[in-house]
Amino acid sequence: MTLTTGPSPSSAVVPDPTAAVVQDGSLVVAAAPEAAGLQPPTAVLPTARPRLVQLVLRVLLPIALVVLWWWATRPGGWVRPQVLAAPGQVWTTFADLAGSGVLWDNLSASLQRAATGLLIGGTIGLSLGVLTGFAKLGEELLDPTLQMLRTIPFLALGPLFIVWFGIGETPKVVLIAVATAFPLYLNTYAGVRSVDRRSLEAARVFGLSRLALVRRVVVPAALPGLLVGLRVALGVSLLGLIFAEQINTTQGIGYLMTSAMAFFQTDVMVVCILVYALWGLLADLLVRLLEHLLMPWRRTHARTRAGAR
Amino acid sequence: MSGPLAVRISGAEKSFGGRPVLAGVDLDIAAGEFVALLGRSGSGKTTLLRVLLGLEQLDAGAALVPDRRTAVFQEPRLIESTRVLGNVLLGQRPTAARRDAARAALAEVGLEAHAGAWPSTLSGGEAQRVALARALVREPELLLLDEPFAALDALTRLTTQGLVAELCRRHRPAVLLVTHDVEEAILLADRIVVLTDGRMGLDVRIDDPAARRRDHPAFTALRGRLLAELGVPVAA
Ligand SMILES: Nc1ncnc2c1ncn2[C@@H]1O[C@H](COP(=O)(O)OP(=O)(O)OP(=O)(O)O)[C@@H](O)[C@H]1O
Ligand SMILES: [Mg+2]
Repeated sequence: MTLTTGPSPSSAVVPDPTAAVVQDGSLVVAAAPEAAGLQPPTAVLPTARPRLVQLVLRVLLPIALVVLWWWATRPGGWVRPQVLAAPGQVWTTFADLAGSGVLWDNLSASLQRAATGLLIGGTIGLSLGVLTGFAKLGEELLDPTLQMLRTIPFLALGPLFIVWFGIGETPKVVLIAVATAFPLYLNTYAGVRSVDRRSLEAARVFGLSRLALVRRVVVPAALPGLLVGLRVALGVSLLGLIFAEQINTTQGIGYLMTSAMAFFQTDVMVVCILVYALWGLLADLLVRLLEHLLMPWRRTHARTRAGAR
Repeated sequence: MSGPLAVRISGAEKSFGGRPVLAGVDLDIAAGEFVALLGRSGSGKTTLLRVLLGLEQLDAGAALVPDRRTAVFQEPRLIESTRVLGNVLLGQRPTAARRDAARAALAEVGLEAHAGAWPSTLSGGEAQRVALARALVREPELLLLDEPFAALDALTRLTTQGLVAELCRRHRPAVLLVTHDVEEAILLADRIVVLTDGRMGLDVRIDDPAARRRDHPAFTALRGRLLAELGVPVAA
């Protein structure tokens, strides 16, 4: 059987009745008796839906939930406004809070706490993870203790921190730092541990110093684990924040929430919850962006070799 | 051959869990000499190489190696998070001159176009050639090769063997090549040693270049001798 790739412009070729011809990139098998029952290979990978359809599919359920919410809380619906404010009411409250600047003041106070705590806790967790993962001495010295401390539910430390550090910013930041240090520590440690020993040996043979080894080989290879740690840390930092801001605060989303509780303002409470939700969503997006930016080698890998190895 | 030495191993002993793997190995390699190391699976060839690389400590005896030494392992062992050029430059301060040298080394293995590629996008043979460029760019005094062709397909293996022979002729490092392939050893090496029961069992020098031709009787004779030492019965 002969294979022709497209019509040849120079010579008039008499079509061979048994030839398979490539048309529009797909193999069309002409009626050839010996090829009966054969077919072009079907794609094993599922074909992607059009983008618009994808988008519609993604937003379908959220929209349905909002409609349900709106339906349930309409005047004369099953849910009274004292229990749950209607979407329209929540939106007006949001506009009020945002317009008067109250929301932004509280949000920035919360963001600052979370960021400071995360920065401190993250740095500690990351350094300890690299140290214990990479150096045997570090592991023997630190890991058992850290594993033990990790089992303490960090929220239980809140009251103690207030006794120790007073009622200002310090106990809140420390609580968030403690909460975030552990997930980063654990995942960095695991990530560093999973670094391919053979690449490490090769790098050593080619004379990399210990510091260069950490920077060039260990940390990049531990990045996936590290970013998982960051994702978890961002989650628990929010948890710690909510807890910390419900006691002895005069500012923050948590404060806004507690004061709304005193007046049964379910609309304000729902606004706060939605702010938290959006916060979590954006944090996740941030990690994904970091994944994309920090690991360019994975990017090409996924593009050119998807499923190849 | 007398002259400066590139490797001196004397009385090297190493055991794992009480089981001796190296039991008094002696081996001298002259500067610029290409030595092939044969031995059955598990005979301790890789262990000996790792000792020379400083990745394993001897229990007894001594090993002396030159300062500039590099290795190609059985697998490429490239750093995934560093592009091809960075892998070739690994461990060196990337000055302009070194970059040029690295590009030249990549050109020698036919991969200059891949300098900016990520290792994970290379084919197996390409990755192994990058590993070779990485080992040669430093112009080592001692090049250690642990079955560098084992993971390659037959065709790539032939071209890569030719490449190694060519590069070694040009750069003149002392080479210790670990291999399972008797014919490969005869084709590439100046001298062949066989590791048997933790010691150097056989040590033959190939002086006659004709012995490298597969159809030459000397080739067949040497091949038979080596296989016999390795414990493979051959029909004469
Ligand atoms: N780290 C280790 N711990 C325990 N035993 C080991 C270790 N490294 C090597 N050995 C043992 O030492 C012996 C020699 O191993 P080595 O890797 O040097 O063999 P080899 O000659 O390179 O074999 P092959 O040709 O199969 O690669 C083997 O029996 C192996 O099980
Ligand atoms: Mg081996």
